[in-house]
Amino acid sequence: MDYVFHFSDVWEARNELAWGALLTVELSALAMVLSLFLAVIGAFARVSGPKPVRVAIGAYVEAIRNTPFLVQIFMLYFGLPTLGIRLDANQGALIALVLNGSAYTIEIVRAGIESIGHGQTEAALAIGLHRFQVFRLVILPQALRAVVPPLGSQFILLMLNSSIVSVISADELTAVAQDVQSRTFRPFETFIVVTLIYLVLSLLFTGTFASIERLAFGRKVAQR
Amino acid sequence: MRHFNLGDFDYIVLAARWTVLLSLYGLLTGGVIGVGIALLRTSRSVAGRVFAIGYIRLFQGTPLLLQLFLVFFGADMLGLPLGAEMSAVLGFGLNAGAFLGEIWRGAIQSVPVGQVEAARALGLGYFPRMLRVVLPQALRIAIPPTVGFVVNMIKSTSLAAIIGFVELTRAGQQINNATFRPFLIFGLVAVIYFILCWPLTIASRRLETRLGAAYQR
Repeated sequence: MDYVFHFSDVWEARNELAWGALLTVELSALAMVLSLFLAVIGAFARVSGPKPVRVAIGAYVEAIRNTPFLVQIFMLYFGLPTLGIRLDANQGALIALVLNGSAYTIEIVRAGIESIGHGQTEAALAIGLHRFQVFRLVILPQALRAVVPPLGSQFILLMLNSSIVSVISADELTAVAQDVQSRTFRPFETFIVVTLIYLVLSLLFTGTFASIERLAFGRKVAQR
Repeated sequence: MRHFNLGDFDYIVLAARWTVLLSLYGLLTGGVIGVGIALLRTSRSVAGRVFAIGYIRLFQGTPLLLQLFLVFFGADMLGLPLGAEMSAVLGFGLNAGAFLGEIWRGAIQSVPVGQVEAARALGLGYFPRMLRVVLPQALRIAIPPTVGFVVNMIKSTSLAAIIGFVELTRAGQQINNATFRPFLIFGLVAVIYFILCWPLTIASRRLETRLGAAYQR
């Protein structure tokens, strides 16, 4: 137990680590926005699409949610090139994060949609709105407001999961950490620092979600 | 490069036993830690609550992969090399402890305060009160989310592949390196995970509906 910590080598690599952290933020933020976009469409189709579409989306959600993210990454990253589709590591990472994230997000948004009373839809149809207008103007805003907290925790998980894409050497934070530790032979110090960076990132994201919630829904939430 | 054969198929299917074992050991370790965290988190001691909250924040706010790396490399650096298997069990256990602790805290707190007060009025000390009054009632509420967490645990064990422990995902990687049939091999691996996880997902959902119905009366 006479291990001596040396953080100076990790300090030397601070610029690389900062870039890695920045890429993690970019990758996760982009994946969050795209997942939410896909999830809104997916949840709408899952609730009010034709039967085959509903079944297909249900199957997709179950398949993604019951298999590990790592296996999904391998399938995409090693599988797609055999079909002649070339991806660089960062594109592969983004696609994997979005495909995985949207399955979880679809379920959350769907639960939000189903929590809105059916009377709302009937009333909106009765005053002459189209089916899609009913969804966009009446159901969706209320549904999203209801699911902000679970959406926030899901997006934090997405950000933490983005560390797994380091296995296909996208150059995000964990991949940079692997690089630094193999060069400096200081794995313990490197991973301590990087773990703390992730902790700070998840606090930052939590804070950002709280501000977005306040800005977007603040007054309405306060009224209830 | 060689062809994918029946031996490879067997190798992958049999590697699933390591996934199951790793999940079991992870859950056992995590269960013990989780009970401790849940009890501390709901205790009257401020220091205990602060520790439990800090523990949960730390393990839920950082990536599991990094936690595994820290255990794997950390133990090595501190002079007790654990190897990939023990590191994985310990890493998954520490992580599961935070998640199970948080789930069970919710279950304990969902037991009405009046029950605790009544037990205290009857002169029951902490342990008989917990064991005979609070926990049996909390158990009902805790079961569906706990089963749901087992699914997460099984999926998470795939990360042990990254620190070199040969379980289902790593076995798939090994065979893929030799035969290069990614869709077939990782498809098979994914199907095995699905067979392990899906029944539990459904069970968790059913239990939740049944419990919800019971509480609606």
